[in-house]
Order: sequence, then C-alpha cells, then structure tokens
Amino acid sequence: MTHAFDILLCLMILAVSGAAIMGRDLFVSIALFVIYGLLLAIAWVRLDAIDVALAEAAIGAGLSGILLLRGLSEVRDSTAKRALRAPLTILLGTSVAAAVGWAVSDLVERELGLQQRVGEHLAASGVANPVTAVLLNFRGWDTLLESIVLLAALAGVWAVSPGRGALGRPHVHRHLAGEDVLSTFGRFLAPLGFVVGAYVVWTGSSAPGGAFQAGTVLAAVWLLTMMAKLSSPPAISDLRLRTALIIGPLLFLAVGSTGLLAGAFFSFPAPHAGVMIVAIELVLAVSIAATLAMLVLGTPRSAP
Amino acid sequence: MSSILVYSLTGAALIGIGIYGFVRSAHLLRRLIAFNIVGSGVFLLFGAFARRISGAEADPVPQAIIITGIVVAFAATALGAALAIALEHKRRGASVEEVEGEEGNA
Amino acid sequence: MILDGAAAMLILVGLFFFTAGTVGLLRFPDVHSRLHALTKADNLGLGFIVLGAAIHLRDGWAIAKLILLWGLAVAAAGAVAQLIARAALASGVEGDDDTRL
Repeated sequence: MTHAFDILLCLMILAVSGAAIMGRDLFVSIALFVIYGLLLAIAWVRLDAIDVALAEAAIGAGLSGILLLRGLSEVRDSTAKRALRAPLTILLGTSVAAAVGWAVSDLVERELGLQQRVGEHLAASGVANPVTAVLLNFRGWDTLLESIVLLAALAGVWAVSPGRGALGRPHVHRHLAGEDVLSTFGRFLAPLGFVVGAYVVWTGSSAPGGAFQAGTVLAAVWLLTMMAKLSSPPAISDLRLRTALIIGPLLFLAVGSTGLLAGAFFSFPAPHAGVMIVAIELVLAVSIAATLAMLVLGTPRSAP
Repeated sequence: MSSILVYSLTGAALIGIGIYGFVRSAHLLRRLIAFNIVGSGVFLLFGAFARRISGAEADPVPQAIIITGIVVAFAATALGAALAIALEHKRRGASVEEVEGEEGNA
Repeated sequence: MILDGAAAMLILVGLFFFTAGTVGLLRFPDVHSRLHALTKADNLGLGFIVLGAAIHLRDGWAIAKLILLWGLAVAAAGAVAQLIARAALASGVEGDDDTRL
C-alpha cells in the first residue's frame, strides 16, 4: 500500500518537472519548479532523509524560486530553441535516462552502507543526529569547503557589477501596492523567524535540522524585512556585512586547525566535541544566512 | 517493485527530462531550471541508494553529501542568474546604464 | 483507535477543503474570486489537517509546533492575498461582470 503512495508521488514529480521544462510561459515554469521542489521534499521524507527534506524545501524550492523570479523580472522571456532538433534531443534524454535506470535497477540490495560505521562512532562525535555528525564532524572538511564555495559564488556575483556599481548596493524592487501589509507582516515575522532559525540550529544536534537549514530561514527573514522596507540592503563594501560573511568559515577553519594539536586536522576531541560543533554551527548559520541573502539580492548596480 | 527502485527510476527519468530541457532551450533561465532538475535527479538517485536496505536505518553519509550538493547547486544557480541578468543589461546597451549611474537611479 | 479514526476523518475533511479551493482556483473567472476561494478554503483545510495531526500525535510540544505552523501559514496566506489583490487592483485588472468588490 505504501508503494502506491511512492508511485503516485513519483508520477507527480515527473509530470510537474516535465511541465516546467515544456512550459511556454517562464513564470509558470518557475512556479512549477517551486512545486517540484516541494514534492521532492516529500520524497525525501519518504526516503527517511528529513534533513535533506528541510534543505530541499528551503533552498531548492524556496530560495531558488526567488532567484529565478528575480531573474525573470530583468531578463526577457523567449521560447527560442537551440540548434539540435526536438526528436534528436528526446532521443538523447531518453537514452541517458534509460542507461542510468538500467544501471540502477541492477543494484542488489545486499550491502549495508556506512550506517554501522557512523553508528559506532556517533557517541564520540558529540551529537546525536547522524547527518549532523557526518556534516560537521566526520566530513567537516567538505562542509567547510562548501561554505567557501558559497562565498566564491558571491564573489562571482559581485564581480559582474558594472563600473559605477562596484562596491555599491544591490537593490530590491519596490513598486508594491500594499506595503503596509508587508511591513506589518515583516515586523511580526522577523523576531519569530530569528527564534525559529536559532531553534533549528540548536535542535540539529539531536533531531533533523542544522546550520544550512537555519541559515536559509534567517536569510529569508532578512530578505523579507528588506522587501518590506524595514531595512535596506547593505552596500557590499560594508564592513559588518563582510565580517558576517566570513566569520563562519573562518571560525570553522580555526577550530579545525586546533584539531591539529589534538592529532589530526579537523578532529574534535571527544569530551568537547558537542559544544564545539554547536558553537561552529551557530556562527556558520549567521554566515550562511548573510551569504544566501546576498546571493539572492544579486549584483549591485548603483553607487553606494 | 520496491519503493527504492521507484525513486531510483524517477531520478533517472528526471536526469533525462533535465537534459532535454537543457539542450533544447536557448533561454538562460530555462536552462538553469533544467540544470537544477538534472541535479535533483542525481540527488534522488543518491538518496535512494542511502535507503537501500529496507528495515535498517538510512545511510547518513550520502544524505550529508546531498545536502552539500543542494547548497552548491543553489550557489551555481545564483551565479548563473546573476550572469544572465548582467548579460541582459549589457545587451540593452551601455547608454542606458550610464544614464542610470549619473542620475543615481536605483 | 477511536482517536486515530477521528484524526483520519479530520484530515480527510481538510483534504476536501483543499480540493474545493483548487477547484475554485481553476474554475473561478477572475483574480479576486480565485483569491477568495484559495485563501479561505486552503486555510480551513490546513486547520483541519493540523487538528487531525494534533489528535494523532498527542504530544504537547508537537501540538504547539503544529499550531505555530498553522498560524504562520494563515498569516503568510493573508499577507500574500492582500498583496496580490492590491497589485491586481493597481494594475487595473478588471473583475468579472458578476464579481462585486
């Protein structure tokens, strides 16, 4: 019976993604893409990956949707197609999908993955949530590089600003009717969002959650206050902004380096590991929030 | 058909759908959407692997890698969108930008 | 057993309201009536589903979080509906002949 739900969900996922690709109106495609992200989040829950579901819903569906809508407001839509003809492209897509599907269906459900290894060392990792343990402790190096990749993308976004816009402010489009509604909503939501974000980081140690999911909530709340004219986007030369951006990865790197004294790079000594991980996650969440929000705000165009 | 296989095949199909969209569309934002669909198809495959043995717990290592992948895919999408917008501004002509800069228009 | 049955019933009622809202979205002639159908039916549907989930879970903290969720969803839906309606009005979208504002 549960298989019926999975099959239905997957059919919906395929239908919505197909409609998003084929859609004539880009706005409709973007809306369908957001829906696709949410359906995918449900699929993650079905696959027992709740942390992934949180990340997908927040970043994959939510923030990516805002990003694309912002792009839509600036880039003209067109349904122009590239040179390769439709039947050939269908053949290409189908053959790749078939090849991957064939390779995957051959996998024998025989071997256990790394669950046991992680389970054995979970107590020593300092946290109770295995995904957080992997992200922040066992594979902490990857997570550090991931946050640096975010910064690199932001540097790229800032690098394409036109001559007079360099070191300027990104801007939020502001021709809204009903700004009083938005400002009331923003005022009410901001402190609540802050609490929720802090909670998601804190609870990531023992239940689904974590720095990235919390950072997205905080970024969304900040973006909302900017859209509601309760605060204005910072100039990218702003020192406080730049401190917020790098303090997370910097702290992560510093703490990881002290692990060298304990024996290995990025090792957290067992008695203090829990505290260290939560401290890193809290600061990292702030950096992630700042980076994600600035990525959505985009390239600064006007002088500060 | 086990439910893991359902998700694996869906992931494979999503990769195909995304490739079709990526190769066919000329519009940069549509191609970003297609690229994201390919990416999430790969993640779905990976996530299905993580849940391979039914009855046992899910493997947390692929799940952590998927979270990393989602974040990096978003970073790439953000950079791509910024480049698309910058390209559009450039197409519209430098004269418009000079006017904007001088008058201090946001 | 009875509680789980009641929870299932409440969730089904919620699903009915969601369906009604979607039908309204697809069938109503203009923006304003569609917004009307969407916000009212969807919020009511969510309320029923939250109620059913609360009865099913029976855990104090979970119920509190569910109520918070419902409150946030209602607030967000209300704010967004206002914004869409005002934007529609501002850009001169005309209501259907039968719609009275």
